[in-house]
Amino acid sequence: MAAKQNMNSRRDALKTLFRGAGLLSLGGAVWGSTAVTLKASELTLRPPGALDEYHFVKACIRCGTCVEACPYDTLQLATLDDHTAIGTPFFKPRLIPCYMCTDVPCVPVCPSGALDVKKIAKQNDGVKTGKPDINKAKMGVAMLDQEACLAYWGIQCDACYRACPLFGEAITLEFKRNERTGKHAFLKPVVHRDICTGCGLCEHACVTEKAAIFVLPRSVATGKVGAHYIKGWDKDDEERLRNLKEKKTEESSPEDELNDWEYLLDDE
Amino acid sequence: MGLNRRDFVKTTAVAAAATAIGMSLPNTMKAANPEKSEGGWRWDKAVCRFCGTGCGIMVATKDEKIVAVKGDPAAPVNRGLNCIKGYFNAKIMYGADRLKQPLMRLGSDGKFSKTGKFKPVSWKVAYDEMEKQMRKTLKELGPTGLGVFGSGQYTVQEGYAMAKLMKAGFRSNNLDPNARHCMASAVGAFIQTFGIDEPAGCYDDIELTDTVVTWGANMAEMHPVLWSRVTDRKLSDPDKVKIINLSTYTNRCSDLADVELIFKPHTDLAIWNYIAREIVYNNPESMDQEFIDKYMQFATGFVDTGYGMRTPDHPGFSDLEKQTVKKEVSKKISKEEAVTLGYLGFKEGDTMEMKHRKTPKGHWAISFEEFKKALDPYTLNFVARLAKGNDDEDLASFKVKLKLLSSLYMEKNRKVVSFWTMGMNQHTRGVWVNEQAYMVHFLLGKQAKPGNGAFSLTGQPSACGTAREVGTFSHRLPADMLVANAKHREVSEKLWKIPAKTINPKPGSHIMKIFRDIEDKKIKFAWVNVCNPFMCTANAKHWLKSARNMDNFIVVSDSYPGVSAKVADLVLPVAMIYEKWGAYGNAERRTQHWKQQVVPVGQSMPDLWQYIEIAKRFKLKDVWGAQKIPGLDAGLPDVLDEAKKLGYSPDDTLYDVLFANEEARSYTWPDPIGEGFHNTEVAGDGRTIMGTNGEEWKGYGFFIQKYLWEEYRSFGEGHAHDYADFDTYHKVRGLKWPVVDGKETQWRFNSKYDPYARKADVGEFAFYGKALKSIAKGNLQGIDQSAGKVDLTNKAKIFFRPYMDPPEMPNKDYPLWLCTGRVLEHWHSGTMTMRVPELYRAVPEALCYMHPDDAVKLNLQQGDLIWVDSRRGKVKAHVETRGRNRVPKGLVYVPWFDEKVLINKVCLDATDPISKQTDFKKCAVRIYKA
Repeated sequence: MAAKQNMNSRRDALKTLFRGAGLLSLGGAVWGSTAVTLKASELTLRPPGALDEYHFVKACIRCGTCVEACPYDTLQLATLDDHTAIGTPFFKPRLIPCYMCTDVPCVPVCPSGALDVKKIAKQNDGVKTGKPDINKAKMGVAMLDQEACLAYWGIQCDACYRACPLFGEAITLEFKRNERTGKHAFLKPVVHRDICTGCGLCEHACVTEKAAIFVLPRSVATGKVGAHYIKGWDKDDEERLRNLKEKKTEESSPEDELNDWEYLLDDE
Repeated sequence: MGLNRRDFVKTTAVAAAATAIGMSLPNTMKAANPEKSEGGWRWDKAVCRFCGTGCGIMVATKDEKIVAVKGDPAAPVNRGLNCIKGYFNAKIMYGADRLKQPLMRLGSDGKFSKTGKFKPVSWKVAYDEMEKQMRKTLKELGPTGLGVFGSGQYTVQEGYAMAKLMKAGFRSNNLDPNARHCMASAVGAFIQTFGIDEPAGCYDDIELTDTVVTWGANMAEMHPVLWSRVTDRKLSDPDKVKIINLSTYTNRCSDLADVELIFKPHTDLAIWNYIAREIVYNNPESMDQEFIDKYMQFATGFVDTGYGMRTPDHPGFSDLEKQTVKKEVSKKISKEEAVTLGYLGFKEGDTMEMKHRKTPKGHWAISFEEFKKALDPYTLNFVARLAKGNDDEDLASFKVKLKLLSSLYMEKNRKVVSFWTMGMNQHTRGVWVNEQAYMVHFLLGKQAKPGNGAFSLTGQPSACGTAREVGTFSHRLPADMLVANAKHREVSEKLWKIPAKTINPKPGSHIMKIFRDIEDKKIKFAWVNVCNPFMCTANAKHWLKSARNMDNFIVVSDSYPGVSAKVADLVLPVAMIYEKWGAYGNAERRTQHWKQQVVPVGQSMPDLWQYIEIAKRFKLKDVWGAQKIPGLDAGLPDVLDEAKKLGYSPDDTLYDVLFANEEARSYTWPDPIGEGFHNTEVAGDGRTIMGTNGEEWKGYGFFIQKYLWEEYRSFGEGHAHDYADFDTYHKVRGLKWPVVDGKETQWRFNSKYDPYARKADVGEFAFYGKALKSIAKGNLQGIDQSAGKVDLTNKAKIFFRPYMDPPEMPNKDYPLWLCTGRVLEHWHSGTMTMRVPELYRAVPEALCYMHPDDAVKLNLQQGDLIWVDSRRGKVKAHVETRGRNRVPKGLVYVPWFDEKVLINKVCLDATDPISKQTDFKKCAVRIYKA
């Protein structure tokens, strides 16, 4: 079962294990399938630094340079069966997660700007340095199904917590007493979506049959609260107001409104 | 990491009302009787296969296969919970590469060849070759030419049968478990301090204490279910309950801890003495003077005892190795040691000759004044500077933590439990540092009381139950008795119904020495039982080479092809845990039995059967004649005449005498306890297995497991090692020994709870252990021969032990400390858990955890492949600068479960000189890009 020899590079470490899976998905491509899609897919995980899905699919020239640069074979190019724009890069964390290389080799090589270093630029005293910082990546966000999570049953698991490269930050444990046993505690993983990069190491490590923690694109997985109400108990929440882009509205006067009345009498 | 960091605890403590102790069992808890469910599943109770926690599980079988497990809600240890290793108990048995038939190296002529390739053979061919090889070795080298590697994963009956076979049958004491690598230092300290092995307390201490201090014990990963109990205790009263984590790197226990102390490897010796100094010098009122006066004796021992290594003149050593090994003979006193060994007159730069490396156990009584004098150098300033393990922490902050630690120990009415495992046991002064834990608890009178005590945890499921209690060590007999003790041999010979003077009085080779003996051609037949020693032993290159390149015969009984099987000559497929009857004993002295649930896969057969079958191949006249024993001038006497008087014939086999005697046959089968269950050894199991004689296996016909249990328990009965009868254990969820009048014992040595302490009738406590209770008197410098001896009946000892440097420390050539250990997801060498796809995917390889700044300094990046290189060997691993273990600068951590990253090639095989336990936590390495 275990690969027998020492691995020579980061890429080799996983190639041997998952090459089979990659080939399978290629073999599944059938010409003439009606499922051909060239459109953006809401459920596809993209490499770090990707533009939003709509603009990413428009900008990506399907050159595969990022896939070549990935030392772990995490990134694949979409085939007909992948339900996303053919030839665009994506990854499936349950097969191979993003190992969050500190040098982020996949992004700077992008010739089209579909992967944009600026989106993950390292900050130094608040100033962007132009160098990539993988911890800034927002490939997706980990979601946790509490019903299927062993830790929420009281089993001492936390495999996701220990697998997380941003250990103790993106996933923390919430300690809660187990009333049923009267002497044990739950150690429940909790994802912090502001920090989570969506690398999927948690999904990969999850020991349930189908992962109880899994990564979804942020646009799908996250909700949004309107800025009309701010948490009075949380000073930082005012950020939401401050960050609110002021929408330029046409200046209008009540007089003008009042004067706009003739349509009321329109018969058609 | 401040005290106020853990606010979340407060917010989640709402539920604090539930009473942890004495709560009644919920209705869901069922009786121990096996249940048949609708789907044709049968649920029956068993024990988790993995660590020393001893969680109870329920096993579901259908169509001769384990289909599921669940935590046993009625099990007091885990109340229905498990960790994820336990969660996968059902899957460990069905890996794709499970060994299913005997495999032997065969030459082109179809006969055994050392250089041949593994080919399937019949059980008969396998046993014919084993017998031939054993006879060859016995003829050439005598009984000491045989060696057996055992483990704390033996069932009680397996360990007992192997001990009886080796010690009573072959008259060889060369049987030693890998538990030697695991808790021998704990044992050494128990015997030296208490005169009897194993912890005084039990897991109930967790719910009863106010303070948990972990010393070199990453319980969060290694004892997860116990850790969830510690967590619950913290949540129950977050302000009062304090958790302190002492470690050489940040591990997961720090998540819960109020305070984390990162100390420099080996300086735990100094920290304990700092606490003792605070007590004795600055807070004498915290001492429990009455307890000390009544039950304690101060003592100390030799320091020039070496480090359990071979001497540098051994031809097997490379020049690089000799740089470290030379310290076995003598060493230069360092600046720190000049302070801590000043009481012996040593100054910096002096040479210490290791004069007492052959008698490291030697110790003697000293006065309290002498004890106090010896503690004098361990001031806050000295210890803080010596012990601070994180360069990024400032000295003042570390001092605050040390002070807080000592004040928590000393606080009147505050209950304290100190837990430790490998950090303190795998230590070249492991016995000392264990003794220091008792020193502090004894001074404060905080030992052997509910919620108070120094508590040594164990790693393996039956390290206590089998390795220690049965005595599968090279120097031990059942129930804490010793082969070197004439009275103990006599007791054992009587119970075993064998002639007087059969047992070899010379202790055999401990596990490290069995390997060394193989390399030195003193052992030529070795049998590996229930472990993977060629992977788990330090300085592995020596042993791997000598297994393959020399004239010897290595038999490995295993269920999967691990490293040891790969370097063997003969591999025997074994039945795994639920494919056989058995019993384990956990770290709180709880003995738990289970029944065979399913038929073993393929042609694999239970270990017990494998041991007993070899007994059929040897007659008394083969082994009970006079025998030469190296180092024992008179040798072993011929006991065949005596045997005749006992009614044996020289042509009786060891099987007839040791395992199928009249008493054994009185345990008949079928037995109501076994109704509806298989018993492969006793009655066959429906498979057609051609046995070791070439005929179909039909079973022994009598209840061998019950017989072995009942005979075994006769050793401890009346000697504070009492167990219940076989049938009782099949009705309950385990019992903590001593079991007297059907009642288990929670706190030993405490008259309120322990009938043996009551019987001694010397007050509230009685430290009634019998070993080493008459010792010489002396002062810090040594024994005073004229002063006579002191009698310590019903007393225990408070040892003074100094700080000394470990034998190998980082220098400019090898600038980093290497620490090894485990991860939650994998069990030991991974032979089982690496076969569970989910666990494999969760943690597929061992990584080298490194501080990010060290990585930058070495021009390495996260994920780079590197060499971890020591004076002994090197392995490749990938760098991890993030993740679960956050090491300080100057230290790297590599887990050892992964055979692709065979880190034991790098580790140093230095041991504690008393316990012979290897220090896997410290050696010096360098790291560079592969």
